Formats: sequence, C-alpha cells, structure tokens
Amino acid sequence: MTIPALEFSHVTLSRGGHDVLRDVSFKVPQGSFVGVLGANGAGKTTLFRGILGLEAPGAGTILFEGRKVRRGNSAAGYMPQMRNMPGGQLSGLSMVEAAYRGQVPGLPWGGRKGRAAAEAALAAVDALSLAHRPVATLSGGQRQRLLLAQVLLDDPSLLLLDEPMASLDPARMSDTVTRIHTLARKRNMTVLLSAHDINPLLGFMDYVLYLAGGKALLGPVREVITSETLTALYGAPVEVLKVGQRLFVVAEGGGGLFQSHDCTGHHHNASL
Amino acid sequence: MLHYEFMQIAFLAAFLVAMVCGPVGWFLVLRGQTFASHALSHVGFAGATGALLLGLSPLTGMAGGTLAGGLLMGLAGERIAGRDVVIGLVLSLALGLGALFLHFFTHAAGASAALLFGDIFGVSWSVLTWLAALSMLSLAVLGFLSRPLLFATLQPELAEARGVNLRVMGILFLMLVAITTAECAQVTGILLVFTLMVAPAAAVLRLGLPPFAGLLCSALLAVTEAWAGLVLSWYTNAPVSFWIVLMGGVFFVTAETVMRVVRRA
Repeated sequence: MTIPALEFSHVTLSRGGHDVLRDVSFKVPQGSFVGVLGANGAGKTTLFRGILGLEAPGAGTILFEGRKVRRGNSAAGYMPQMRNMPGGQLSGLSMVEAAYRGQVPGLPWGGRKGRAAAEAALAAVDALSLAHRPVATLSGGQRQRLLLAQVLLDDPSLLLLDEPMASLDPARMSDTVTRIHTLARKRNMTVLLSAHDINPLLGFMDYVLYLAGGKALLGPVREVITSETLTALYGAPVEVLKVGQRLFVVAEGGGGLFQSHDCTGHHHNASL
Repeated sequence: MLHYEFMQIAFLAAFLVAMVCGPVGWFLVLRGQTFASHALSHVGFAGATGALLLGLSPLTGMAGGTLAGGLLMGLAGERIAGRDVVIGLVLSLALGLGALFLHFFTHAAGASAALLFGDIFGVSWSVLTWLAALSMLSLAVLGFLSRPLLFATLQPELAEARGVNLRVMGILFLMLVAITTAECAQVTGILLVFTLMVAPAAAVLRLGLPPFAGLLCSALLAVTEAWAGLVLSWYTNAPVSFWIVLMGGVFFVTAETVMRVVRRA
C-alpha cells in the first residue's frame, strides 16, 4: 500500500472569516491527474493554499506524501492564476530564472546553474523560442508556458495548477492540457488542475474533485459527474447533460451552473 | 573644477547617492510604486523643516520623516497605500506642515530653496559621512533583499508559496526607499527626487536587460547623470538639478527610441 500523494481528513478551511470547505476528507493517489471543479468561490484556490501551507486548517489535517503540509515545501509546485505580469520588458528567460531559488536572500543572479535550470524548464514546455522575447510581446498561451516552466524549476512531485485554462482559446486549452498531462506522466507527478469547465479535461483525468457548498467529492468522472451525485452534493436539483462527447452541469431553471455563478456578483477570479 | 573642496564633496556625495538611487529606482519602477517615493520625499520635507526648527540637521529630520512614512505606508499595505487620494492627502498634509515649520524658522527662504531644489554644493563633511553610512547600509540591505524582492515582485503568489513573506518584503522595501529618498533629496531636492530615482531606472528597464545587469546599469546611469549634472552646472551656472532632470528625460527618450528601432529591425 503506497502513501497517497495527498490526504485530507476532516479538513475545514476558511478564508476571510467564513468556512469555504467544511469537514472535507479525500485521498489522492500518487501520480494521478485530478481535475478540481466547482463554481467561482467554491474554494479551489483556498484548497490549493491549504495544500501549500499558506492557510492553516481550522480543523483536521492535510498530509502531503504522508507528512503534514508546510509552507515553502518545494516538492509542491504551484502555478497561480495568470494575471498581468509586471516587468513586461524582461525576457522570458529572466522571468523564469527569477523563480530559480528566488526565495533565497542575495543578489538576483542565478549564475550558470540558474540559467541552465531555467533553460531546461523552458525546453520541457517547448518554450525555448520564447527565452529571449520580452514578456509583454507574448500571448496568453505563451505566458502560460512560462508559468509552467517556473513551476518545473523545483522538480516538484505535486503540481497545483490554478485555472491554467482561463482566458485561453479552445485550441490552446487542449494544447495546455495535453502538455501538462504528458509532462506529468513523464515525471511521475501528481496533478491537481482547477477549471471552470470539465470538457477540456475529459479523457485526461483519473479523478475529478468536485467542490460545492463547502463539501468536496473525489472520484472517477463517471461516478461523480452524475445528476444524482451532484444533486446530493449541491443539496439542490442539478442535472448532468451529455451532448455528444461533452458534459454540461445544469441547475434547475436551466442555467449552466458554472456560468450562472459567474453572473451572481461573485468576483470573476480571472479578471482580478 | 576639482581644486575646490566643495566640488570634491559634491562629486563624492553625488556618487554615494546615485549608486543607491539607481538600483532602488529599478525596483520602484518594476513594482509600479514610483509615486510612493514622490510622496515619501514630501513627508521628508516636513521632517527636515521640523528638524531645522529644533536645531537638528535637516538630513536627520528628512530620514526620520521618510522612514516613519515608509513604515506607515508599508503597514497600511497596498489596500491603502495604493490609493491615490490617500497618498495625495498625506503628501499635501506633509507639505503644509513643512510650510508651517518654515514659517517659524527665521532663515526660511534660503532653507526652503535648498530643501526643495537641492543644495549639493552646500554638503558638509559631516553630511557626506552620513550619506556614506546610509548608502552602505542601503546597498547591504539591497544585496540581501534583491533576489527575494525580485521574485516577490514578478510572481507574488509563487514567491509566497515558496516561503517569501510578501508583507515583510513590502515593508522592508519601502523603508529602503525611504532612506534612499532622504539621501536623494540632498542632491536633487525633494521636488526632483523622481529624476534621479526613477528616470535612469526607467530608461534602463526599457532596454530589457536581465535583472542583475539592469540593477548595475541603473546605478551606472544614475551616477553618470549626477556627475554630468555637476560638470554642466559648473560650466553653465545653471542648477545641478536642472541638468539632471534634462538628462533623465533625454536618456529615457533615447532608450525608448533605440528599442523601437531595434524591435522593428
């Protein structure tokens, strides 16, 4: 019996004074590819911050590879949501290199080792051609690859990817998922990837981790994404529709669940 | 020109101040906090005039004022310090206080001109010693801080996950800006701190150099502008600050133009 990559037992996590996740328990096996789904405000980012040790659970324990999570653990790689990058004039290489042992006090000088590490990481995401271009001239998908390269610098065993598909067009979405999936297989990394829409992830996920109403449910897609399961999770009638190969989660009244949450005054994270 | 002691002191002072202004300015521009240094210099004005009134050296009052201001701004965090209304209020309050202090001070006219527009030819040996000490301290702090500061600036969330305390980093940096601003005001005066802190760094940032090279070049360009300002002022009799402002603008426009041509080619 191998140790799970992640183990949540009866975890409660709060943010801004109120509980975002309550009494959540699940186990993520090593090397699995997990899609973290849920509406905005369902706790995807908070979940990641908990795993990174940035938010201490109010109750319960979070174990990462059998040990209690701690802040600054370089085995857990985090790719934050993409926003405008400062320093647009800096080259892609400089940007990635800034993350190489970036937390260590000293001068911003990675040396030959830092440069080699940054180049290797860029190569791993097919972004060597971006190394000498100013970041301001790159497209969203290209910046995404720089962010992914930064995460790979530390050679993590766990990847936490916060909405990597937000603001990408459909072709880039499928590129991104395929790239991440291939990398994860090659390096035997466990991946937690949060997303608004389940469809770009279909066929890649081993499990889906569905967050709703402060609860979380982990399981294979065909077991979790069903009308019965999601209705129980939301505590309100929810229907899963299959159109061709695509899945749609629809609330009573007809609105798509994710989209409807976008319009109810919750902050749209991608625009922050 | 270098036969005169006041010129020797002026060159030394300009060097000590500019070599810190350059790299600190580089981070200011990168972090989008240039307005903070402008506001801090005004708070320093209140400190300096207050110090004059109490019979202390203006540099002491200036550094005290900017440090207190920097600390408060850092503690208030981005939520408040980033708001232009709050910064504007603090800025005018500080200038008003300075005006009040000057009102009670008898040699007001000469002192206020020196504070507002700089008086590098009036720097004494004791002030020079202080500048040297402050510059060494600032460089030491920068040497320690610049790597995690760069990380925190470019990738705040990732840096936080790696164990960088963003809040502490922000406060330490603003205190560094405070010291540098107080130093810079000795050369350019509080109204023109921007020229030596921001202009050279902004020009260098346009060039897209790697961070370490960018920091070095900012220091170099700032020293060049400050020294050239002294030389030009010597031959033309126009104020040093004027020449520094002019060169800051010229270098910035040149860098911008060069990069446009390079990009197109």
